[in-house]
Amino acid sequence: MRSVSGENLVQLLTPEGTRVAGPYGEWVADIDGARLQGLYEDMVVVRRVDQEATALQRQGELALWPPLLGQEAAQIGSGRALRKDDFVFSSYRENGVAYCRGVDYTDMIRVWRGNAPSGWDPYEINMATPQVIIGAQTLHATGYAMATKLDGADSVAVAYFGDGATSQGDVNEAMVFAASFQAPVVFFCQNNQWAISEPVTLQAQRDIADRAPGFGIPSVRVDGNDVLACMAVTREALERARSGGGPSFIEAVTYRMGPHTTADDPTRYRDPNELEDWKGRDPIDRLANLLEAEGLLTADFTDRVNAKADEVAAQLRHGCVTLPEPGELDVFNNVYTTPHSVLERQRDHYTRYLASFEAAGGGAR
Amino acid sequence: MGIKVFKLPDLGEGLTESEIVSWHVAEGDRVELNQILGEVETAKAVVELPSPFAGVVTVLHEAPGSTVNVGEPIVSFEVAGSGDPSGNGTGGRSSNGAATATEGGREANLVGYGAQAEAAGAPRRRRRAGAAEPGAGVPVASTAPAPEPVAAAPAQPAGELAESGKERPRSTPPVRKLARDLGIDLAEVTGTGEQGLITRADVERFHTGATAGAGERGKEQPAATTARAGGWLAGAAERESRIPIKGMRKHTAAAMVASAFTAPHATSFLTVDVTPTMELLAKLRDSRAFSGIKVTPLTVLAKALCIALERNPSLNWRWDEANQEIVRQNYVNLGIAAATERGLIVPNIKDAHALDLRQLALALGELTGAARSGKTAPADLTGGTISITNIGVFGIDAGTPIINPGEAAILAMGAVRRQPWEYQGGIALRQVVTLSLSFDHRLVDGQQGATFLADVGTILAEPGMVLTMV
Repeated sequence: MRSVSGENLVQLLTPEGTRVAGPYGEWVADIDGARLQGLYEDMVVVRRVDQEATALQRQGELALWPPLLGQEAAQIGSGRALRKDDFVFSSYRENGVAYCRGVDYTDMIRVWRGNAPSGWDPYEINMATPQVIIGAQTLHATGYAMATKLDGADSVAVAYFGDGATSQGDVNEAMVFAASFQAPVVFFCQNNQWAISEPVTLQAQRDIADRAPGFGIPSVRVDGNDVLACMAVTREALERARSGGGPSFIEAVTYRMGPHTTADDPTRYRDPNELEDWKGRDPIDRLANLLEAEGLLTADFTDRVNAKADEVAAQLRHGCVTLPEPGELDVFNNVYTTPHSVLERQRDHYTRYLASFEAAGGGAR
Repeated sequence: MGIKVFKLPDLGEGLTESEIVSWHVAEGDRVELNQILGEVETAKAVVELPSPFAGVVTVLHEAPGSTVNVGEPIVSFEVAGSGDPSGNGTGGRSSNGAATATEGGREANLVGYGAQAEAAGAPRRRRRAGAAEPGAGVPVASTAPAPEPVAAAPAQPAGELAESGKERPRSTPPVRKLARDLGIDLAEVTGTGEQGLITRADVERFHTGATAGAGERGKEQPAATTARAGGWLAGAAERESRIPIKGMRKHTAAAMVASAFTAPHATSFLTVDVTPTMELLAKLRDSRAFSGIKVTPLTVLAKALCIALERNPSLNWRWDEANQEIVRQNYVNLGIAAATERGLIVPNIKDAHALDLRQLALALGELTGAARSGKTAPADLTGGTISITNIGVFGIDAGTPIINPGEAAILAMGAVRRQPWEYQGGIALRQVVTLSLSFDHRLVDGQQGATFLADVGTILAEPGMVLTMV
């Protein structure tokens, strides 16, 4: 098993909560006490959102939910490094990143409630709707980045994916194109150790970050449970892309502490000791330790954060359970941007099909 | 105040049922939103159920161990106001508890589907969003069509609880109803179930006048005697009882049905004089090579089967319905049916064709040892090509064995008995056994089945005949 600490892992905050110096430290030199508190709040709120959504699934209000428990630092650290005009292409687990982008909470669960085919307008928050096809978003990000370059803009496309996705052809193709065209794209891989039930050690005989140089893409391996280090390496990669340096690859070494989705039972394939080990590296605990040491974890502050988390959770629940049902014909909306005759015919058939029940006297019941 | 019903949701992408594992709350308990109510086991995982409401639990509709269909009520709550801390009440679908209590389960859950069948005639349609639906906080009266316990529960026990402040005797709704019907006050009954739970048997014992001592087993005996006096089978406390079909029994049943109604079974019988085999076994047991190794008629049968398969390979093939192909399996993974505490399992010996008699004996010993101690590895239970079942150990001669699904044949060995038998022109006491072979008539014609069985019989009747076969 490859190390989750050590020399080739960028770390700026130890599991005990001690801030360590290092060449990457200067990338987050501006993160003062107030900013640290902000990152802490983000992580606590995102974890609470995750818990609430998981509960909503168990209560039959959501069909499915992919928990991010344990990956808060990787998502908040990188998500808070982004500029508004950067564009995110994510998988289905990046609800923490979506939170950083300012997504409406109800939009976050729309799809998981089976209420809409997608949750939000990508251009409102500069984040594409989550991609369920494993790794496909890396191609979208690369294509977007190539276009950005043609436009002469200095915004960056960021693709989020997991360790399992790196075995997909799409991800490898995306890296070839990104390198060939020196596209301003950041490949942000959250190595959470498990591709559903398959351990990363099986599909990656070397560190995942080692693969990128083979494509001609510089890479870095970062402690994914260290919010400061995640922010630092993301800032570096973004800066490289903005200044014409092309793509970068980040492997954030973290751990999916929960199931793959609410339909999964990780106890069937994971050693419980592993979870215990990772609980000792909890991303929120270690930042709390730092704040505590610096006298910033006051009762006032934690009360405020918890109140915010409660408030967000309540909003999420309210938005979820009061979401109006989609209309029967809504499925035909937003398939094409322009009128489409085949679709029109289908809509017409379906309308008449529905009307046949009214005619049969069944009424609305 | 109003009653809300939590119906079992689909907890994992397309599941239709779950088993209640345990309740962490009791009827009468006040619970917070998202407080864990209990655990349920789906086909995929054991998961905790957080409460969708804040309020008082009025009814736990199902006891631990019961299997519940998605959409069926599991917990009823009495909630203040709308019962939804998020301030729900705008008539979205998911003022669901109350709404769903008024009609069948079909609309109960966004992702689940109710258990009730739709009425005959034109299919029903879902209600449109915004169509009149009872809002939250529906008075109890309007929930009339809900299951009886919902209506029955709130008034009395809740009040009782509030006044006495004492915990109500722990039991389950059906047992509580039984007690009510029999006019028994549960407070007077001693529960013998888990954590003092009052069971149906406790109530019945109480009713028949026998007092079950607090956990004293000795005192349960008279009750059982009383039951027997009533004409019931030994040990039974009631005239009939119901056991949920689940776990191993459910899987065994499914496998049997799949096999019996997919593969047309034909069974042939052959009774042979195996005295020469028994003599051979006696010699082997005395030999140095087999010292300390258990060799039995089953061992010889396993070897004979492998040899006979060389000459009649179709009994070892597989019917691949999906691909419309017959798979010639040029190896023998020999399944041995084993009755274990958990039920019937058929672990198999991989590449049995490549093992000599001694190795087969060792492999059989390992396999049965593992089965007996419940340590059979999952891999040993899959990939079998043909099976043997030893019904002789139960003193049985013959029967129609059901083929292990996916295989083409199964051979049953009966008890070896000393019987009068024709021998060298006269009648002698010989050791005789009956073999029963069921084969999949899609793959195996009668002739091949018969030849195979005759070959096995020939080897057992005269082991030296192997010289003519290999």
